[in-house]
Amino acid sequence: MDISFTREHEELRQTVRRFLEKESTEAVVRKLMETESGYDASTWERMASELSILGLIIPERYGGAGLGAVEIAIVFEEMGRVLYCGPFLATAALAAIILREAATEGEKSQLLPEIASGKTLATLAVAEEVGGWSPDAIAMRAQRDGTGWRLDGVKNYVPDGHVADVILVAAKADERLAMFRVESKARGLERVSLPTLDLTRKLARLTFRATPASLIADKDIRDPLSRALNFGVAMLAAEQVGGAQRCLEMSTAYAKTRLQFGRPIGSFQAIKHKCADMLVEVEFARSAAYNAAFALDGEDEAEAREAAQIAKSYCSDAFYKAAAETIQIHGGMGFTWEHPAHLYFKRARAGVVMFGASSEYRRNLAASLGL
Amino acid sequence: MAQEITAAQMRARVRNLLEEAHPDRVDQFTFRGKQYDHGLAWVHFPEGYGGLGVSPGLQAVVADELAKHARTVYDDMLINPIGIGMGAPTVLTHGTEWMKKHLLRRIFTGEDIWCQLFSEPGAGSDVAGLATRATREGDHWVVNGQKVWTSFAHIAKWGLLLARTNPDVPKHAGLSYFLLDMQSPGVEIRPLYQITGEAEFNEVFLSDVKIPADHLIGREGEGWQVAITTLMNERAAIGGAAIPRKGGGSIGVLISLWKSREKSSFSLESEVLMRERIAKLYIESELLRITSQRARAARRAGNPGPEGSVAKLAQAELNKRIWECAMDVLGANSLVYEPGYARRRPTSRANEPRAVLAKYQFLRARANSIEGGTSEVMKNILGERVLGLPGEPRSDKDIPWKHIPRNG
Repeated sequence: MDISFTREHEELRQTVRRFLEKESTEAVVRKLMETESGYDASTWERMASELSILGLIIPERYGGAGLGAVEIAIVFEEMGRVLYCGPFLATAALAAIILREAATEGEKSQLLPEIASGKTLATLAVAEEVGGWSPDAIAMRAQRDGTGWRLDGVKNYVPDGHVADVILVAAKADERLAMFRVESKARGLERVSLPTLDLTRKLARLTFRATPASLIADKDIRDPLSRALNFGVAMLAAEQVGGAQRCLEMSTAYAKTRLQFGRPIGSFQAIKHKCADMLVEVEFARSAAYNAAFALDGEDEAEAREAAQIAKSYCSDAFYKAAAETIQIHGGMGFTWEHPAHLYFKRARAGVVMFGASSEYRRNLAASLGL
Repeated sequence: MAQEITAAQMRARVRNLLEEAHPDRVDQFTFRGKQYDHGLAWVHFPEGYGGLGVSPGLQAVVADELAKHARTVYDDMLINPIGIGMGAPTVLTHGTEWMKKHLLRRIFTGEDIWCQLFSEPGAGSDVAGLATRATREGDHWVVNGQKVWTSFAHIAKWGLLLARTNPDVPKHAGLSYFLLDMQSPGVEIRPLYQITGEAEFNEVFLSDVKIPADHLIGREGEGWQVAITTLMNERAAIGGAAIPRKGGGSIGVLISLWKSREKSSFSLESEVLMRERIAKLYIESELLRITSQRARAARRAGNPGPEGSVAKLAQAELNKRIWECAMDVLGANSLVYEPGYARRRPTSRANEPRAVLAKYQFLRARANSIEGGTSEVMKNILGERVLGLPGEPRSDKDIPWKHIPRNG
């Protein structure tokens, strides 16, 4: 499988980059991260009407662009560069992919067009009290309630769970794993915005007390959910490549201009070699993220699963190291609130545990290699 | 001016060649000589010099078509790597008409093996500081000095020699580039035994070796510029080396050693740690493979980026860690060294058991981060040439070479 980008890919990248340069400046990020909602509704609307990226992976017959993992990965990379604040991961990736993979025709034809048009924000709630994003970790059990269902329990660390109009909840139902839809104003739903380490990505704790829920998939969703989580992991990886690349750019620019002992600090080998090491890791992270995206668009499920494990393992660590070294290279300034280094550091650190620990993915990889 | 030939037309030309000479039916020199005559040796070279003056990307089409129609497939990198990878491009760009007419074909067929004479005991990472001296005497140059780490010197017909012709100017400005007949009187070749006991390389002692004046390549004092051509092609040649298949190469050996390990030598806890370590090495191997593919695709498209230099650095460091892990997998058995340290030229290790191969590779890999550019130099190159960081302050740039401190 070859990783190569077409001219259309480059045009998409440049279009998104120019849009974000206007709509997601550092000042905007700092403003939005201090708000409760964490996103700008008019930017979101323009992402639908001007860029048509909210429905990027939604099939055309539901109002989307009908494109694949590679195209949306490019968008994630650009968003990661600028720490875009908004429910793109939750809505345009996680919710869209699980609906596309598992929902009934009726649910798809209602929800997907609303997501593509920007009308509806949605998210996917998997992890429970202690985290754990694997389908095996899900303990919440839905109970029948007349002709419908009700949910009790807690879903934690739900991306943009506090602003989503629709929450897609994975829970056990009878003998299988099922996917439910809960409206934001449903009775018995309590949504608490968590005080996150990474203020640029809002997470919520959702408590369900006999909350009405409707079944949106008529089959066991264990496999579609695994695939959706692999998709989420690959998108996060692409976002991490963008963030790590930006860290490299900041570090290199600083190393060229900051003078100490009469010369730029980048002329000292210790700094120079940190930058060189960062470059190697960014290139490998890029390989990992796009390998996963291309594999997800391919036919081989085992290959896609392995590629996602590699991307999760490598890209989280690479972005984290790049961000940590960026603080270091910037010296005292890197430790200030005013400098953006800490924003990348916190986004990177959150990504290390988002969707599960990297060591868990490596454990699964080791098992599939027969180690 | 590159002409346009389509892939289909190129394939037709290969089939024409095969009608005239077929690698399964004639010997290497005959077949490759015909391949040269048909312009299919290195298609981006001009017509008359083994090429057709077309895009280098079409060489892959030639190789593919040959492989389709013949069992015998020749690998340039096994036949004459220095000659084909470095000598030919250098001769083409800087050589005289005599050199191009008389040398290129024999480089390609493999009749003349070539070696490279740059490094010296006192000039490794700082190769421009080399001391081997060439002095003009009438219609020839007289060369005295010592070269080291010379692959193939013992079987080579020609050497690419970089020597100092002017010690009174700064180091880069006083070098000249020569074609050396390795059979000249005064050329003494000694095997250089390495930590594995073998001698992949040689020392070459040059005592009053005479080189005809018309064997100067490029102009006197321009040796460094000519050498840059050679070194750039070396890096491209190493970069063009075969990329292992997924899960193959050294990580494949490591994983198979782990799976066939002596189970009683590992506690449950240490097994968990080893799995994590091996999974990480697998991930890095996969990413090296994919990044190398990206580098190759970018080079072929004419857009070489940082991926190639990144891959060389990463490969060297990763390889050392993989073989270290293999030694840990072998446990106490790694105290035993079955390959032995016989002082000899290297022989093929194709049929060695994996555990034995791993032990050998563990030692051999120590050189990966040194040969072809140390990892420290590679990081400087990445930092300076790719990222644009300022160069190191240099204390030897503007003073005559003869005043630069050197080891005695």
